[in-house]
Amino acid sequence: MPVFYERRQLVTPGDLLAENDYMTGENTYRENGKIYATRVGLVEYEERRVSVVALKAFYIPMVGDTVIGKVIEVGLSGWNIDIRAPYLAMLRASDALERPFKPQRDDLPSIFDVGDLVIAKVVAYDRTRDPLLTILEPSLGKITRGQIVEITPTKIPRVIGKKGSMVTIIKQETGCQITIGQNGRILVSGKTPEDERLAIMAIRKIEQEAHTSGLTDRVTEMIRKEKGEKEVVENVTKETRKTD
Amino acid sequence: MSSTMTARIKQKRIAQLVARGKRLDERGPNDYREVQIETGLIERAEGSARIRLGKTEVLVGIKIEVGEPFLDVPNEGVLTVNAELVPLASPTFEAGPPDENSIELARIVDRGIRESKAINLESLCVEPGKRVFVVFVDVYVLNHDGNLIDASALASLAALLNTKMFNYEVKEGEIKIKPGYTPLPLRNHPVAVTFAKINDKLIVDPWLEEEQVMDARLTMTVDKDGKICAIQKGGYGYFTTQQILEAAATVTVKAEELRKLVVKE
Amino acid sequence: MKTSQKKQEKLIDENGIRLDGRKVNELRQLKIEVGILGNADGSAYIEQGKNKILAAVYGPREVHPRHLALPDRALLRCRYHMAPFSVQERKSPAPSRREMELSKVIREALEPSVFIEYYPRTSIDLFIEVLQADGGTRCAGITVASLALADAGIPMRDLVAACAAGKVGGQIVLDLTDVEDKGGEADMPVAFMPNANAITLLQMDGMLTGEEFEQTVNLAVEGCKQAYQLQKEALKAKYTTAKEVVKEEGVEE
Repeated sequence: MPVFYERRQLVTPGDLLAENDYMTGENTYRENGKIYATRVGLVEYEERRVSVVALKAFYIPMVGDTVIGKVIEVGLSGWNIDIRAPYLAMLRASDALERPFKPQRDDLPSIFDVGDLVIAKVVAYDRTRDPLLTILEPSLGKITRGQIVEITPTKIPRVIGKKGSMVTIIKQETGCQITIGQNGRILVSGKTPEDERLAIMAIRKIEQEAHTSGLTDRVTEMIRKEKGEKEVVENVTKETRKTD
Repeated sequence: MSSTMTARIKQKRIAQLVARGKRLDERGPNDYREVQIETGLIERAEGSARIRLGKTEVLVGIKIEVGEPFLDVPNEGVLTVNAELVPLASPTFEAGPPDENSIELARIVDRGIRESKAINLESLCVEPGKRVFVVFVDVYVLNHDGNLIDASALASLAALLNTKMFNYEVKEGEIKIKPGYTPLPLRNHPVAVTFAKINDKLIVDPWLEEEQVMDARLTMTVDKDGKICAIQKGGYGYFTTQQILEAAATVTVKAEELRKLVVKE
Repeated sequence: MKTSQKKQEKLIDENGIRLDGRKVNELRQLKIEVGILGNADGSAYIEQGKNKILAAVYGPREVHPRHLALPDRALLRCRYHMAPFSVQERKSPAPSRREMELSKVIREALEPSVFIEYYPRTSIDLFIEVLQADGGTRCAGITVASLALADAGIPMRDLVAACAAGKVGGQIVLDLTDVEDKGGEADMPVAFMPNANAITLLQMDGMLTGEEFEQTVNLAVEGCKQAYQLQKEALKAKYTTAKEVVKEEGVEE
């Protein structure tokens, strides 16, 4: 059962992780019975499977994913949306309007124009064509307020936490609404810009320290500390931050 | 517009045959296609040669003109090699400025001639720092059926051997042409040999459809004493050190075979 | 252009020491940094002797112009370019024939290492800028470009490391400088992918006997293996600092 690294050790592309009996997990490949890493990340050995948790990877769409995209082009029957993936996504008018699309009557730019942000879901994607989106579900649609944070897509699961535990804490502590796009974009919408700033700080901290444990407690602590400091000192001109 | 892409079934067949040491046109792994040579066919050029390697056809014309030397070698003539993948040679060639393939081809042929010191560039100096003879080697690919490199290099050698320079004398700083011609003296005879790797086996002189199947190619240019004077690996695949040394072991013999066709003792 | 016999004697002295103080089988000092550019998806910087080279990657992304897109794999494009001030005599910014050839062979050296089949209809655009040149720029360029690809999070089979070897003053030497290349008898750049024992770039100009050729190839591969270790260290160094910050705060793993 030969393995060559310890759990959570940092590996680079081409590092030999295991031989023979193991199965290939994420970010690994097999050649001549040997399993190698394909990306920089932390190696994980589970049961009979070896995988690498990539420290940096771009988003590849998966059907069912919720994504936050930016409209970059208005076409004849839909919009081209940038979802921070190697492929441009397409939102057809028929997947955006409740009723049938009538080209003479419906003015697409008035629905979504270049620069608009949308929360959408991936309905189709395969090797032969670009991803297709829809907004015809509750809680999908144009974003009208809030701020967007962009992080490496691989860290999204950490921001969500086990059964949503992490994101719930941030919501509770900051009072913000948080919508997470699997494509590494997070919408933070709070009652005040200050609340939003706290939430963004928390997200950035998670991104930086994603590979550590005890993070949930530290994040809670950090938000409370920031809120506490703000209440005590009226005019804060310089804030020390552990992240950024 | 016809496609030159080989059908997948045929590609598989070619690869399977090579794995067993055979080729679709029944050549052995180390066999070149038939070579036909014609020299002196372009009278206006100082030298010329046309080579047919199987169906690949390359015409090389040599022009010699007066020019300026390079600043760092003021007493040497200039060698310049250019290659054109003329559109009529293949449906895949487009008209326009030289692309990376024609540039690579020209530079491989150039290195063979230059590094082997085939042409005595110092003898082409008329007035150091001011005037020298420039030898233009223009490679014109007329039909692409694989292995343009070896065909071009061989045609260039044949053209150079065919080259005659006009006699001249320098009178009052002017170059005056005298009657008669002198063959361009060649000190070396570089020959390029290209191997293709298919299914981990090496074959020599790949034709077009073998080139579409190959992982990578390795060209070695060898001089008349068996020394290697230029190497170029091409293609998206790779070779192991073992395979490279294997190629180096057979290259001298193959180069000599080709050289004999062109250099008449 | 190769210069006359006289110059060669000075390139290596009686003790086998070269002009820059190195022994015949010594690599130049390498300094590598990964992830130094803000906009590129991946980037890296290398200093090897006096060589200063920057590499950046954009992609995988949509191909422009569209008709170049390949249905079953990513299109890897590479541009090797030298800054006008990178060499002794100012070089025109327009791409030279040499730069076009090098762009091609560098691309062919790196392509076997990238899982291009994972991203059909996209392009991966690689830019190598030589800011200062002193011989062996295509090798240092490959070494640093490979890291830029890894930094971009593009899945790879292995890193590709490159190094040149050659013949100078009658001896087989490693990692030639510009002076050694111009004054020596042969220069052979090699790129190597260790896991597959694969040579992905091999060029030579000069004169070598069959035996010298074998020695030179083997020496170049040794140089590549050394550069490979330094690549891995540089890649790990970028991410280790994040872990160290956390350690300082007294948090256990």
